[in-house]
Amino acid sequence: MTEILIIVEWVRELFSAPGLVVMVPLAAAAGLAFVTDARLGARITIGAATLAFLLACALPWEPRAGLLLLVDPLAAHMAILTSFVGMTASWFSRGYVAVEAAAGRLDARRLRAYHALFQAYLGFMLMALLSNNVPATWGSIEAATIASVLVVGLPRTAEAVEASWKQFLVCGLGISMAFFGTTVLYLAAVPALGSGLPAMSWNRLPAAAPEFHAAMLNLAFAFLLLGYGTKAALAPLHAWLPDAHAEGPTPVSAVLSGSILNVALFVILRLRGLLDANAGAIAPGPPIMALGLATVLMASFSLWPRRDVKRFFGFSTIEHSGVAAFAFGLGGPAATFAGLLHMTLHTLTKAAIFHCVGRAAQLKGGQFFTDIGGLLVCHRALGLTLAAGIVAVAGLPPFGLFTSEFLVLTETVHRLPWLAVPLALGLLVGSWALAMRLISLCLGAPTPDRGPAPGLPALVPAWVHLAAVLVLGLTMPAPIAAWLAAIAGAAP
Amino acid sequence: MTTLIGLAALAMHVSLMLALAPVLVGFIRWTRARLMGRIGPSVWQPWRDLLRLARKQPVLAENASWLFRAAPATAFAATLAAAALVPGFALGMATAPLSDLLAIIGLLTFARCTLALAGLDTGTAFGGIGAARDMTYATFAEPAMLLVIFTLALLVGTTNLDAIAQMLREAAVGLRVSLGLALVAILAVAIAENGRIPVDNPATHLELTMVHEAMVLEYSARHLALIDWAAALKLLLWMTLIVAIFAPFGTADAESGLLVWLLAVPAWGLKVGVLAAVLAAFESATAKMRVFRVPEFLGVALLLGVLAAVFLFVSQGFV
Amino acid sequence: MDSPGGFGNFSYDLAHLLGGAVLVLTFGLLYQRRLTAVINTYSVQSWALAAAAAWQGWVQGSAELYVAALIALSVKGVVIPIALHRIVRRLDIHRTVEAAMGVFPSMALGVALVVLAILLVLPSTMESQVLTREDLALALSVVLLGHLMLITRRTALTQVVGFMSIENGLILGAVGVRGMPLVVELSVAVLVLVGAVVFGVFFFRIRERFDSLDDSHLDRVGEAHR
Repeated sequence: MTEILIIVEWVRELFSAPGLVVMVPLAAAAGLAFVTDARLGARITIGAATLAFLLACALPWEPRAGLLLLVDPLAAHMAILTSFVGMTASWFSRGYVAVEAAAGRLDARRLRAYHALFQAYLGFMLMALLSNNVPATWGSIEAATIASVLVVGLPRTAEAVEASWKQFLVCGLGISMAFFGTTVLYLAAVPALGSGLPAMSWNRLPAAAPEFHAAMLNLAFAFLLLGYGTKAALAPLHAWLPDAHAEGPTPVSAVLSGSILNVALFVILRLRGLLDANAGAIAPGPPIMALGLATVLMASFSLWPRRDVKRFFGFSTIEHSGVAAFAFGLGGPAATFAGLLHMTLHTLTKAAIFHCVGRAAQLKGGQFFTDIGGLLVCHRALGLTLAAGIVAVAGLPPFGLFTSEFLVLTETVHRLPWLAVPLALGLLVGSWALAMRLISLCLGAPTPDRGPAPGLPALVPAWVHLAAVLVLGLTMPAPIAAWLAAIAGAAP
Repeated sequence: MTTLIGLAALAMHVSLMLALAPVLVGFIRWTRARLMGRIGPSVWQPWRDLLRLARKQPVLAENASWLFRAAPATAFAATLAAAALVPGFALGMATAPLSDLLAIIGLLTFARCTLALAGLDTGTAFGGIGAARDMTYATFAEPAMLLVIFTLALLVGTTNLDAIAQMLREAAVGLRVSLGLALVAILAVAIAENGRIPVDNPATHLELTMVHEAMVLEYSARHLALIDWAAALKLLLWMTLIVAIFAPFGTADAESGLLVWLLAVPAWGLKVGVLAAVLAAFESATAKMRVFRVPEFLGVALLLGVLAAVFLFVSQGFV
Repeated sequence: MDSPGGFGNFSYDLAHLLGGAVLVLTFGLLYQRRLTAVINTYSVQSWALAAAAAWQGWVQGSAELYVAALIALSVKGVVIPIALHRIVRRLDIHRTVEAAMGVFPSMALGVALVVLAILLVLPSTMESQVLTREDLALALSVVLLGHLMLITRRTALTQVVGFMSIENGLILGAVGVRGMPLVVELSVAVLVLVGAVVFGVFFFRIRERFDSLDDSHLDRVGEAHR
């Protein structure tokens, strides 16, 4: 039966070099479910994540399109970014989890689940990025969502349970719409590629897109945009993100969670390409831009009344996801370049911020703005890192987010000048809120300490991230610029 | 010649309906009893009850008017007229051109209104409750039935029941989602119209739970016999209606000759019998629902009727 | 006026009829007030889905659809409902369904959603497969009704059943598309995973924090911590 042959081929691909990027975290997840020693679990997590990153670094030199896996420049870039964040998150996680375990907030059984779910989440995200099969992408994103939902519910507080249930409901809604969109997309592709596997392979779809059934393609796009837009936290389906970021264990729920938004935006970018190529379909740009702009405005205004630090930064994540979506919606090589750059730099910056905020919350025994204050006075390193991170995410020079936001704004002014006004307004409001909170968090009267302070090694991952963002802001090395431009040019 | 055959078919049909209606009620009662583990009364018991009642002398309330005395006969006549319009074992009887679904529903409504007025006539509390409840159920059941008729009419092009049954028998329409939805809707309406569980318990002794029984609580002897017979006839009529539309195979044409008629009668009996057994099983498995939930139940039937009509547009491409 | 011939389109008609049965049962899910009735209705809906998948397997000559039907029948139709019943008994959950909207208004809204689904799917017809659109419209209707159930029910258990009925709708759509490869096992497996994992792990967590599975408790707690 051809079924069995397909599955055999898949297994073979999973054990080839690109496939190992996915297999290593998933195998580690399976193994970690049985490891009871917390320190061993942390070490395996770090080892698996590091190995995945190293394997991912080799991807740009191994383009391939198989039955299950597709490695093209865009996928390789996203995979490297995601595995890098995963690696640094695993380093950070070790110290963070040690403090949590010492404080009694995570017992042995939940630690086991935590480590296994961390690797599962990472593995499924990489699978979604590298898959060549539209349903397989969907399935991986769904599996990643499940892992994330379970992890957010791990600390058994009432708020955590509510956050994970809300995430389950909202993301479940989105994912089901995305599945329906997948079915309709297949139906749209059948006239061009015939029924069977080719009609659902990402590498074949762009070339055949002009012959797709236009009305079906529109219907599919509507559902896929809504469905994956939920995962990208685009308004109005963003409700799950602030709670999930705030209540779960920081390394997974905040740091790694940022990456699932990238995965969703990655899928939306590919879809945009398909619709652009088809003459009869609607222009994909305006809906995506509308959602992105609405997200930016909603999120930046929502930043002001926030009292919980992690929720505050969750909304900031939503805002930047909106900016990237807006850039992708704008289309064209320049805007896509800006969007990719923004996505990359924001992921790095936000991860760094959450590293600091996570440890600060443990240090001060609470995660409200009233709990955390005056970090620069008592804990200079932590305070400086957090301050640098907030300056970066506010889009201020010399950090790289200034460059990417500037590029997005100039492109908007070139193409649709009147849209630049609300966009700039949203960005300004957001930056202002961040600046105000910077003052309250880092300067001002110090609040009492209630937990252990992070040592310098705990801040190293954040420094690495911020250094990368700083370098890319000050100078854009030619190879990186060329790499991103090539991706932007290829993904129309 | 054809009119004569048609009349003969009609006569046979009407006499079968009259004769078998109480047997149907008896059969349902017997099946329910057996399903509940009891032996149950004989299938002929309703006939014995009717004859017993007919022999007795009626007792009327002092303030009962001519309406009270006339209502049973009027209701019975209307129900019989409706029964004559519904095709049973044969299509193309003498009344076939008159056999319009709207006319049938109208006649049944007329019978129901007569009895409701009679229930109000003596001025007792229970009569009023029963009449009010019955008319409330009718208010919700009628729109649902009208939507089912609408769906069938859209499908076939006419509201004439005979023509509908003929079209559906020839499988020109095939299986359809709309028909499935319409079947569920019409079953719900039939249960409500005939006062079966879960809408009304025909065997209840408790006045506060009565609907139809409360309306006719004051009747006795031959009046009660006529009313009971009319109720049984109504049940057989509804079953025949459902079977004619949704299980149209095995009916004879009026011209086909006596032999085919004689084969068609058992076929019709079998179909009605199966439906009766299903009803009995359903009744023994369900409890009566509370009075204020019945409009909800019928509202659902209405919504299913709407859906049936909507799905016609999908598959027939009217839009 | 209507579809040509009688039994020429029998395969499509039966497929639509089975899809219609799944839709009616989804309305049944919205109608129920008792928790055990909701679970039983879901079970019957899964059986109807299995029948639809099996019929599609026969019509398309595809063995994998039979496998999908078997999975729907055994796991969704038997195992999961039994597990849900046991959870209800063990956690001693309130047996009535708390709804944010009355039964009749939610059913009326459900009909509106079905009409919406039909209006969405209707223009996107494929000239060569006009009859596919009814399958697709039915599947989308079931999905949207599941969303409605997810949104208007307050008990966690009924929300999970709503989610699983969404999955049933998605599978109905997928089996209706002629020749969709391998998605069937993939999606069936993943969706079953969702059902099993979610309620296996969740309920004990929610139960630990509160003494019932009523979501309105959760909302009150969350409000203070904005």
